[in-house]
Amino acid sequence: MGILEVKGVNKRFGGLQALGDVNLSVQENSVHAIIGPNGAGKSTLLNCLVGKLIPDTGSVMFDGQSVLGRTPYEINQMGISRVFQTPEIFADLTVFENVMIPCFAKRDGAFSLQAYNPVRKNRDIHDMAEAILVDVNMQDKRHMTASSLSRGDKRRLEMAMCLVQQPRLLLLDEPTAGMARADTNNTIDLLKEINEKRDITMAIIEHDMHVVFSLAERITVLAQGTPLVEETPENIKGHPKVREAYLGEAQV
Amino acid sequence: MLGLTKKDFGLLLIVAVLVIAAPILLNPFPVDSSMAQFNAGYPDLMQRFVIFGIFAIGFNILFGLTGYLSFGHAAFLGCGSYAGMWMLKLLSINVIPAIIFSVIIAGILSLAIGWISLRRSGIYFSILTLAFAQMAFSLAASVLTPITGGETGLQTSLSDPRILPEFLGGGSSDGGNIPKPSLFGIEMGASWDVAVGPWLWTFNWGYYIAGIVMLISFYIAIRLFRSPFGLMLKAVKSNQHRMSYTGLNTKPYMLACFVISGMFAGLAGGLMAAMDPQVGAERMQWTASGEVVLMTILGGAGTLIGPVLGAGLIKYFENIFSKINKATLEGWFAFMPDGMSDFFVTIVYPFVGKGWHLTLGLMFMAVIIFLPGGLVELGQRFGRLFKRKSATPAGETTPAE
Repeated sequence: MGILEVKGVNKRFGGLQALGDVNLSVQENSVHAIIGPNGAGKSTLLNCLVGKLIPDTGSVMFDGQSVLGRTPYEINQMGISRVFQTPEIFADLTVFENVMIPCFAKRDGAFSLQAYNPVRKNRDIHDMAEAILVDVNMQDKRHMTASSLSRGDKRRLEMAMCLVQQPRLLLLDEPTAGMARADTNNTIDLLKEINEKRDITMAIIEHDMHVVFSLAERITVLAQGTPLVEETPENIKGHPKVREAYLGEAQV
Repeated sequence: MLGLTKKDFGLLLIVAVLVIAAPILLNPFPVDSSMAQFNAGYPDLMQRFVIFGIFAIGFNILFGLTGYLSFGHAAFLGCGSYAGMWMLKLLSINVIPAIIFSVIIAGILSLAIGWISLRRSGIYFSILTLAFAQMAFSLAASVLTPITGGETGLQTSLSDPRILPEFLGGGSSDGGNIPKPSLFGIEMGASWDVAVGPWLWTFNWGYYIAGIVMLISFYIAIRLFRSPFGLMLKAVKSNQHRMSYTGLNTKPYMLACFVISGMFAGLAGGLMAAMDPQVGAERMQWTASGEVVLMTILGGAGTLIGPVLGAGLIKYFENIFSKINKATLEGWFAFMPDGMSDFFVTIVYPFVGKGWHLTLGLMFMAVIIFLPGGLVELGQRFGRLFKRKSATPAGETTPAE
């Protein structure tokens, strides 16, 4: 039984079958990559996991509980965090405020009316935020406005915001999209470290095979909304079905 | 101090000093001088300064922090006034029940309006609030006449019951006259004049009571801005998407913010009724809603002191600048040759007196284009200029937020 169990999920947009009978099982503390050509339904699948979309049929169980019908914030409170393709951060706020907000969400839940005592009196929150900034090596940028960060730093910040909540499952949507090779390698190291040190299960959608093969323990290949194979990286590389999905019909 | 940082406490102190010294500061011209008409230190106007200051502080909690632009805040102001008036009529002429009740009723109304309006954001939210405010205005002016007095409005009268015992401000009449709003016997209209040389300063009870309420409101606003709740509201403005994927439910945050903001408006409305016990439906009209938007943006949305400054500036314009008439202008330009003075009077006249809206509009445009941060940004720029010029950091910059 994996921490995330997707069973028989279908999703239709009008005439388009975006997801057809998707089954997926992500094991606890593993890194699971979902790859596939453009339009394979990777992002649709991810959106079904975080409550942005509701599948037409099928079930999505996280840690034995169904996530279907729950709102994104409820799903996050269950322990699923998501990193977006373009970093979603609080651009007008400082880096430190950015990481404090998920700390409050973690400590006080989805809503709490603390309108009187100042933020600075919450020592525990400060310590949590401080620690995570050290971990992602951004402590010297704590007073910067998030919008002024470089793209790589924005990604790092978003990652820090997700990590500080100590999620059970971290979903990453193309975490290295548009990055230079050096940044990509840094991100890989960061993710590896996160997985090993913090025991956070990860599901990654990625185009870059270098990233996939350096990180993933299991890989699911999605094509036209249906999973083709689920295998270890070694077995994926030469898999005929995968070649077919990426390169089209086998050439004579 | 008081749980504030040094900087915030300093800001509170500055506002407190301004409020206390306003009767003197606003009367810089001797009574007999030709500039006396620019004195703004009379009780009626000073009361309006602080009351609209409260209104703008409350509006800023919503607009400045979350970026949700409500065009219906006058509904809460008016509703607070009506609620306060009924307390003055039914319970006691003492202003305390009136003020408390106005806050409660405005809170309930804003809960209802906010609950529906907050289903949408951006321009749709603005339009919904505007629609509700106009509905409230129309209801007050027509259907709800038994409660609101319709177009004649509500006043205190000799036939009001005022059921509380006499020492708490009860009683229908005060020696045959309609009792005047008071605080345990101190009438809101009571003031004492102090003449110093050619100057005349009027210290008014009503003003100081409203001023204290404003200082308390300002203090609450500072606490709210610096609290985790305030941080969440800023997060709403910045990125709602990220917020919900961070496990935060934006809806109750927004609703709580809207209700708090509405209660501030109700407080302002209740104080208005307490200072001048009459209220008409026009207090709810959309122009009044627009006015508080102007005040907040002009002063600096999202800053602490901005809305108060904006409220003061607009009320000053409305009451003082608008009094400049043709004769005054002719007096000013009298030193010029005849034709030239006529020319200048003709040019300037449309911008003053009844045309004060024109000047205000131009000023508003200038602020939007050159100073998006409002008057506070102007102060900051001056502060920086001053700092750069003087080597010592002694220069006091206008505190932001």
